[in-house]
Amino acid sequence: MKRYLLSVYHVDGEPDPSPEAMQTIYRDVDALNKEMQAAGAWVFAGGLHPETTASVLRVKNGEVLTTDGPFVEGKEHIGGFWVIQAADLDAALAWGAKATRACAAPVEVRPFQDEPQG
Amino acid sequence: MRRSGGGASIPRRAPGLIRRAPAVSGPEIERVFREEYGRAVAVLVRTFGDIDIAEEAVQDAFTVAAQRWPDTGLPPSPAGWIITTARRRAIDRFRSDAARQDRHAKAALLHAGREPIEDGPVRDDRLRLIFTCCHPALATDVQVALTLRLLGGLSTGEIARAFLVPEATMAQRLARAKGKIRDAGIPYRVPAETELPGRLASVLAVIYLIFNEGYVASSGDVLVRDDLSAEAIRLGRLLAELLPAEPEVLGLLALMLLVEARRRSRATASGELVLLADQDRSRWDRTLIDEGQAIVRACLRRNQPGPYQIQAAINAVHTDATDAAGTDWHQILQLYDQLRSMTPTPVVALNRAVALAEVEGAAVALAAVDRLNLDGYYLFHAIRADLLSRVGRDAEARSAYAAALALASNAVERRFLERARDALNI
Repeated sequence: MKRYLLSVYHVDGEPDPSPEAMQTIYRDVDALNKEMQAAGAWVFAGGLHPETTASVLRVKNGEVLTTDGPFVEGKEHIGGFWVIQAADLDAALAWGAKATRACAAPVEVRPFQDEPQG
Repeated sequence: MRRSGGGASIPRRAPGLIRRAPAVSGPEIERVFREEYGRAVAVLVRTFGDIDIAEEAVQDAFTVAAQRWPDTGLPPSPAGWIITTARRRAIDRFRSDAARQDRHAKAALLHAGREPIEDGPVRDDRLRLIFTCCHPALATDVQVALTLRLLGGLSTGEIARAFLVPEATMAQRLARAKGKIRDAGIPYRVPAETELPGRLASVLAVIYLIFNEGYVASSGDVLVRDDLSAEAIRLGRLLAELLPAEPEVLGLLALMLLVEARRRSRATASGELVLLADQDRSRWDRTLIDEGQAIVRACLRRNQPGPYQIQAAINAVHTDATDAAGTDWHQILQLYDQLRSMTPTPVVALNRAVALAEVEGAAVALAAVDRLNLDGYYLFHAIRADLLSRVGRDAEARSAYAAALALASNAVERRFLERARDALNI
């Protein structure tokens, strides 16, 4: 089994879904989580607070600097993610397809590096 | 430690090989290479679970063949010989690498140990490899390059030249693609029945794209690149052999054969483009036409039409006519109507308009063309220019030719458009 990161992307400036749409998303994501758990694919998942709540740490001249805000002042930010295990990319993409429908947002599928052997 | 990306190509014509009054000639070995490379790589990808290792092993085996075959002659089954030699040499090397604690070599050995040894032609392996190369998680240009590299046995340099990109760029594109197949876990298998139609569509699209790039090079100084079209037809035949029950696979093969049959008459000796209506039909390739038309008839009997089959049928009607005036445009228009109902794209509507002009006149066709939103497509302006001149609106035709010229990048097509523009009365 390989592990994959399914990250959900939100684009800044796009209007938030209506409260009714949010309810649908919550319900669909919940159902998907249960489906993944039943299939043994679910490893971990979570939704994130907005990027305005982020802090970035980096080493400069041997000192750790802390800055306010997300790392990239970009247009897209990760709103949440799943870590799943799947036999191959086709299986991971099939979960990704369900994820993008459930979240009503683009989902990026990316493989984890294999864990180093003993 | 990983092995590096299999960039080396086999020496196609080792000099020693030609000097030794060979029992098997260099070109003969090259022919075997072209025909069997994909088969051997496909079997070894399954054996070792890694494309780079498979390619390297097969190239090793062909290097040995280039040294031995001139003396020994061709073995009874060249493909079997290459596959056995490649596997044996790769396993020997992995054993010594594994002894040095090479994790990758150990993994490949383990994988090889799990696989049953089959030296004969295993047809499903090439099919698996085609579906891996044309996986939708890979970009189209990457699918094309991988297919030509792994199934066609073209070198990285040959593919780079065919698509007019620097060799280093193509090498990087291929290495990245193989990395994604390995690391993201793109599977090596024929898709399940339920996924097959969608996945097959991308395989057919890749083969047709290779064919078209060989037929009308999208840029550059020559109109055609024969080798690419020949490779596409070879892949089309292979796919038809592997998936004989898929009518669209046969449709694509027939389409390519019927278009290919007209290649010799498509350009003058000096390389100028000749339109279908003006071609010397005695120079068409009757063998290819007969083969293509026979496939079209078989598809009609099967009666599961699809876009490739209909396009093949349109070309079958064209090749039926002994001269341009004898073309059955009514039937062609009906086929375009059927095609448009399946693939309602503006490009299909544009091609349909050409048939419409022959059946209902240029004015009706022009009205249909003017409804299309294809401003960025040079053929839209070229066809519109021709229709405008046919209804006597030469000034507008001239500006339409100008618009077409601004978009066309193939030098031969540009010269054709310039000649048509200069023939206008204004």
